[in-house]
Amino acid sequence: MCLSIPSRVTKIDKTTNTATVDTMGVSREASLDLMQEGSVKVGDYVLIHVGFIMNKIDKEDALLSLEAFDEILGRMDDDELQQSIIDSDKCFQ
Amino acid sequence: MSRELELKELYFGFRNPQTIKAYAKLIEEESKKLTRDVNIMEVCGGHTHTIMKYGLNQILPKNVKFIHGPGCPVCVMPKERIDHAYILAGQKDVILITLGDMIKVPGSHGSLQDARAKGADVRFVYSPADTLKIALQNPDKTVVFFAIGFETTTPMTAALIEQVIKNDIKNLLFHINHVTVPEPMRVLLDDETNKIDAFIGPAHVSVISGSKIYDEFAQKYKKPLVVSGFEPVDVIKSLYMILKQFNEKRCEVEVEYSRSVTKEGNTEAQKLNEKFFERREHFRWRGIGDISKSALKLRDEYSWLDVEAVYKDILPDQKIDDHKLCICGDILKGKANPKDCKVFGKACKPQTPLGSCMVSSEGACAAYYKYGNLL
Repeated sequence: MCLSIPSRVTKIDKTTNTATVDTMGVSREASLDLMQEGSVKVGDYVLIHVGFIMNKIDKEDALLSLEAFDEILGRMDDDELQQSIIDSDKCFQ
Repeated sequence: MSRELELKELYFGFRNPQTIKAYAKLIEEESKKLTRDVNIMEVCGGHTHTIMKYGLNQILPKNVKFIHGPGCPVCVMPKERIDHAYILAGQKDVILITLGDMIKVPGSHGSLQDARAKGADVRFVYSPADTLKIALQNPDKTVVFFAIGFETTTPMTAALIEQVIKNDIKNLLFHINHVTVPEPMRVLLDDETNKIDAFIGPAHVSVISGSKIYDEFAQKYKKPLVVSGFEPVDVIKSLYMILKQFNEKRCEVEVEYSRSVTKEGNTEAQKLNEKFFERREHFRWRGIGDISKSALKLRDEYSWLDVEAVYKDILPDQKIDDHKLCICGDILKGKANPKDCKVFGKACKPQTPLGSCMVSSEGACAAYYKYGNLL
């Protein structure tokens, strides 16, 4: 019910107030009715929920998180990292 | 910005098993500093699903536990509301439309799926906006949208109402069952026997409402709360942030899901909600009971769109109790685990649910069934 999918805006149609978005290679339409006029632009990352864009995804913030993850991974020693790769092969296929 | 972000990083960067493992290790270190066991409630069913799917509950230290909360809109819908949908679907020239798993939840007459088997026109849509097309294609029918969901889906219903008015559509009515998150949280905490030490706050409810709606839980109830995204790294990182709060003796609302959640939320969506909806005095939650001001209804000036007003004479208002063996109520309150239920996986399965927690994919029982190797 509450799941939402990150997508990238590829086109905006002002007459219908919809955006065309790319969701991991799949192109689809989403309503802009919940967004302030002009606030969503081509190239923005957005969250889509039941056919509506519910908000933008802050790219810089996402990058900061990803960098923080790299840093935490860097703190694991080689043996731990090796073990986590073996474990993840078992668990996450 | 240091570099361009790729779309796939928004998925895989937050699902990386090694990152999960690294956070699990940090959690273990933090857990050693805890002076007592802690129970962390994930309010939202989406998080329950993530926890079970990625086995996050299995990598926690013994003194840290997840308890599952009431945030599954399908699970909390009482039988009498489902009966309304069933009765409406049975009316001549009515098309009843809803979202998600609602179609499978048993009411006292049966589920909407049963109504459909008996010839009723019950449809399921991906987006509320599709309802508009169905209304336009069927001018001689009355289309009823059975609207469900927390703060996340409320503005989508509001946007649909805006379109109905704008396009002067006369044959689309609404059965509003939108509920709100803070009220049941307050009820759970006011119960002195509750076991909740901290919360993982909902992801997409907070995208709309903003993290400000949780301030009272940190300030008044002294429970740390971290708003988390739905990916497994989001959830495990949020858990780490909560343990840090315990060990640093802090009690705050923090946002892990800061790439999508602000303190104020989506104010445009909030304005739309405000325009069309007001609070109901009471709403009965399945398994939990009556909670004051915990649900929305159409404002009086839009009562001509409200099927509860238009079809008032055929919609009963009495309470209907759940199956006596079902313990969904205690599960939704975080007092019991699906495995504590006598009928779990036996008389109650996703194909033949006795209670609503087994119906929705976000329900705790359905998640335990699906990811507990029972399927």
